[in-house]
Amino acid sequence: MTDNDALPASAPAIATPATADADALLVADRVTKQFGGLTAVREVDLTIPRGSIVSIIGPNGAGKTTFFNIIVGIIEPTAGGVSMAGRRMIGRPLRAWIEPFVWIAPGVLFFVLATLIALAGQDEIGVGVIIVGLVVFAAMLLAAVIRPRWYLNMLQRFGVFRSARPNEMAAAGIGRTFQNIRLFANASARENVLVGMHLKLKSNLLDAFLSTGRSRREEAAAAAKADELLELVGLKGRGDALAKNLPYGDQRRLEVARALASEPSLLLLDEPTSGMNPNETTEMRVLIKKLRDELGISVLLIEHDMHVVMGISDHVTVLDHGEKIAEGSPEAVRANPKVIEAYLGTAAT
Amino acid sequence: MTAKVAAAPRSDWRAPFQKFRDEHHSLTILLIWLIIAIALPLIVQIPPLSTFQPQIVWVDGFAISGIYILLALGLNIVVGFAGLLDLGYAAFFAIGSYTFAFAASPQAITHLNIPFWPMLIVGALIAALFGVLLGAPTLRLRGDYLAIVTLGFGEIVPALFLNADALTKGTNGIGGIPQPSLPCIGDFCVKFSFIDPFPFYFTMIGILAIVMVLIYRLLESRLGRSWMAIREDELAASSSGINTITTKLLAFALGASTAGFAGVFSASKLGNVTPDQFLFVVSFTVLAMVVLGGMGNPWGVVIGAFTLYTIQSVVLKELNQFFQSQHVPILQNIDFVQYQFLLYGIALVGMMLLRPEGLFPSNRRRRELHQETVEETDIAPPTTALDES
Repeated sequence: MTDNDALPASAPAIATPATADADALLVADRVTKQFGGLTAVREVDLTIPRGSIVSIIGPNGAGKTTFFNIIVGIIEPTAGGVSMAGRRMIGRPLRAWIEPFVWIAPGVLFFVLATLIALAGQDEIGVGVIIVGLVVFAAMLLAAVIRPRWYLNMLQRFGVFRSARPNEMAAAGIGRTFQNIRLFANASARENVLVGMHLKLKSNLLDAFLSTGRSRREEAAAAAKADELLELVGLKGRGDALAKNLPYGDQRRLEVARALASEPSLLLLDEPTSGMNPNETTEMRVLIKKLRDELGISVLLIEHDMHVVMGISDHVTVLDHGEKIAEGSPEAVRANPKVIEAYLGTAAT
Repeated sequence: MTAKVAAAPRSDWRAPFQKFRDEHHSLTILLIWLIIAIALPLIVQIPPLSTFQPQIVWVDGFAISGIYILLALGLNIVVGFAGLLDLGYAAFFAIGSYTFAFAASPQAITHLNIPFWPMLIVGALIAALFGVLLGAPTLRLRGDYLAIVTLGFGEIVPALFLNADALTKGTNGIGGIPQPSLPCIGDFCVKFSFIDPFPFYFTMIGILAIVMVLIYRLLESRLGRSWMAIREDELAASSSGINTITTKLLAFALGASTAGFAGVFSASKLGNVTPDQFLFVVSFTVLAMVVLGGMGNPWGVVIGAFTLYTIQSVVLKELNQFFQSQHVPILQNIDFVQYQFLLYGIALVGMMLLRPEGLFPSNRRRRELHQETVEETDIAPPTTALDES
């Protein structure tokens, strides 16, 4: 299986299926990111099959976190792209010049119409049409800012492609944690998980205003589910504690719970065991394995400590100076001389 | 006195009240406002207060202070809940006012004659629309930059109304704005007029009570949580699937719609709209009210707005009269009303130094501003020094 033919970088279609491997959940295709003259990530391919634990390891500064941030839609890649479940999500914009026309055109159309009507001597109607045109123009402008689904679908019909935003990646099924913990520090643990559940809750503004039975039932069910998730990650009974008052290891676990709350198909963990003691590290590894085995969630793990990932990964990719230097099973990677060199330096000759 | 009424259900020694509040939050809010509505006109008849000014003037002042309370509640959504510093909030107040002027005043060029009650909703909706339109370009900005852009909008809108002479009659503004009217029930008629402030007063309390219920419902909903999330950490919020753009726009829209209510009410209460009602001073005063009362806590904001307005419109005047009547040497020559912004400034500086979370902060805001206090002693303090790069 080669990743390179999964998605040609120039493919204009957004919904190109990943031809090579229908099982692939996430396919990163020749992802490159340059910051000025520095190439942080150079043509990295990665495939995450469904239900697997894949790890990216590499020494500090290898570009792991940059790669990770590209996958979740925070950083736009300089070249290459990422597709999720066969749908292209991240990449260079395509035919972006069409987009302004999409939201200007309806307004202009109304303006032309109004001019024609005015020429026909119907001034009153012409003014009405212009007002409608302005409203339509404002609505389209707003749609371009908010990017609702119908707008994206319309753009897709015109062959326009733009990278997904982080929240759109979350909606596509990616849950993530952060290398330096980013919890909502002044909220309780339960509230943190409830925020993570955002995508799964359906109550709208009107429900909130009227405090409908539906929204109250939903909130109650969500709170119960949040407690379940807290129990799953080992934070039972800590729901009311403030996130910032939790011990370090618990904060990491709470981040996992928050990421799980959106019921992701792929969980991205950025150095989930950094700063943990050996005991906590073992617990985290057990938890990651449990998530995969019991909930069927695929996991992408980023670590700079090789030993953490060896026991649990199905597949390991090694990055160094932004380039992929090795990949394969944990054992093969550990034996790879290039990897040893990257971690320990060149052997004296 | 408002403080006491508002704070009563929160105290610990009143468990049954607290239980009632938790189970019927909206009803509690309505009841508290009902008590306030009845109590305020009675309290001002008690001697020390009744000597200042007659009851009718007090009630008239309360009705106008209600406008500022509404504005403060609306700004609190934007600043306190979503954490977006908006210095041009008076723009939405202006849009609400002018909307009603155009819709109802016979002197406006539109010559429409739409009554007050539907316009209350329409004014709020139009203000919300402009909230979204003005909010949209600022979405990528935070903190200082956002404040400056909103400051610009706050200046543009009154300037527009001032200079669009043909539509708005410039400095003269639009007068002759009608008062609300209600159908009589049998012999019982409620007549809104400049002379009798009571109908306006009760209408204002009604609007405040409803707005307050809605705000608390929002706060406890999914949207309220999303605002908390983007205020605390925008990146983490967006990675949790929250659309930060719609969430912020909704904060702008809902804040603006509250200002729209205030604008329509104010236009009808005062009978005219002029551009100088919506200068930067208004935005600043309302922001000071929110900060003083306690960002993020609607009741705190209500008290802050009420206190500041009363100080500005009653206390300073009374102070003048008192010092003059007593012939206090230097003080009798000082016009305190002129120095109100000096006093605001001093109050705000003192506030920021001594109690940055405001007089009645929400619990969360207090935690944000006092990072060092760890409230639950049985839990170890967080470790933070272990991050790699």
